[in-house]
Amino acid sequence: MAKVVSIKEAAEMFKDNMTVMVSGFWGIGAPEKLLDALVETGVQGLTGISISTALVDRGIGKLVASRQLKKAIVSYIGRNTATMEQYEAGDIEVEFVPQGTLAERVRAGGFGLGGILTPTGVGTELEKGKQRLTIDGKDYLLELALKADVALIKAHKADRSGNLVYRKAARNTNPLMAAAARITIVQADEIVETGMIDPDMVMTPGIFVDYIVQG
Amino acid sequence: MDKKEFIARRVAQEFKDGDFVNLGIGIPTLVGNYIPEGIKVYLHSENGFTHIGPMLENENEIDPELINASDQHVSILPGGAFFDSGVSFGIIRGGHLAATVLGALQVDQEGNLANWKIPGKKTVGIGGGMDLVSGAKRVIIAMEHTSKGASKILKKCDIPLTGLNCVDLIVTEMAVIEVTESGLLLKEIAEDVTLEDVLATTEADLIISPDLKKISV
Repeated sequence: MAKVVSIKEAAEMFKDNMTVMVSGFWGIGAPEKLLDALVETGVQGLTGISISTALVDRGIGKLVASRQLKKAIVSYIGRNTATMEQYEAGDIEVEFVPQGTLAERVRAGGFGLGGILTPTGVGTELEKGKQRLTIDGKDYLLELALKADVALIKAHKADRSGNLVYRKAARNTNPLMAAAARITIVQADEIVETGMIDPDMVMTPGIFVDYIVQG
Repeated sequence: MDKKEFIARRVAQEFKDGDFVNLGIGIPTLVGNYIPEGIKVYLHSENGFTHIGPMLENENEIDPELINASDQHVSILPGGAFFDSGVSFGIIRGGHLAATVLGALQVDQEGNLANWKIPGKKTVGIGGGMDLVSGAKRVIIAMEHTSKGASKILKKCDIPLTGLNCVDLIVTEMAVIEVTESGLLLKEIAEDVTLEDVLATTEADLIISPDLKKISV
């Protein structure tokens, strides 16, 4: 059952060396207040999973700027000058994952699958170290599931049971990451009483959400 | 007309009414400005919606939660829908897009594409390019014919690939080339170039169409 907590209480769950999933596309749909709180704790050695490392002052990019990430699992790092600098200097490890593959690996992590088969990356250098399978004459790569200790996500609206509604392009990886972490914390623009969101309109069911903070 | 507009106008002729299309960054983005009259093409945005509408500049109209994949404030047209990243790439990989238009560093005569990494330079990433070339029904490359005088259409790509045997059509300011089972078929050349010019600036072997036409934009 989801629980409404303060940002301070949420921050107490952040630990050194944890793996954290962060939603957002160029920071749109990222939980900025939770990220600011994570920066403030100063915890170190994080592995971050996100679509890109966004920008130095937006989304997961803030964790790169604060040098809290030891590794980023992302599809793109351009535009974040801090990631580029740390990558050039060898201060951050980057695992590049095609964006669609990243989404599916996260989905697999949350939905009890060991991995997925995708044609993306067949015959490229990303195939290295991966198993290729041929099914009905077509080649696929076996891509393994991703899970996290904590998922930090952002909703437009949450009811007190953790049911979520997103707005426009701010949905992106939120529904996938919600399911893929041991602890899922959502920052909601608005928190309403249970029953105030029509069950037919729920985009992420509350069963995936552990904690809610006011955005 | 500048080269980029010329290429974009020619690519825009490739679509059928009702096609869903994803346009990459650079020249491909321009294609959306030149869709022929009477044809409706719906643009897919990889960050999670279809029916991309015009860019917005007026502060009052901008919605902070509505950007395209290039982080620009855009609108959504009637008929569009928002979805999560899993659905967005399901649309891409699942063959639901009629075409994707992308730029390239190199293309070769087997239809291999390289557009994400230059050896010796740190890469900025892959984004959704590898997914797009593995799933869209047609992969159209919109690019300048040469880079610093060197051919970008090669016998064999010599930098890391984005996709294997994935390119269907190459459109440059000089030529329109189709990738076929037997090789690269030169179908059209620009008004102001000769066949010799095209052959001299293309490293790959070209099969000249018996029906060779001039590019009309």
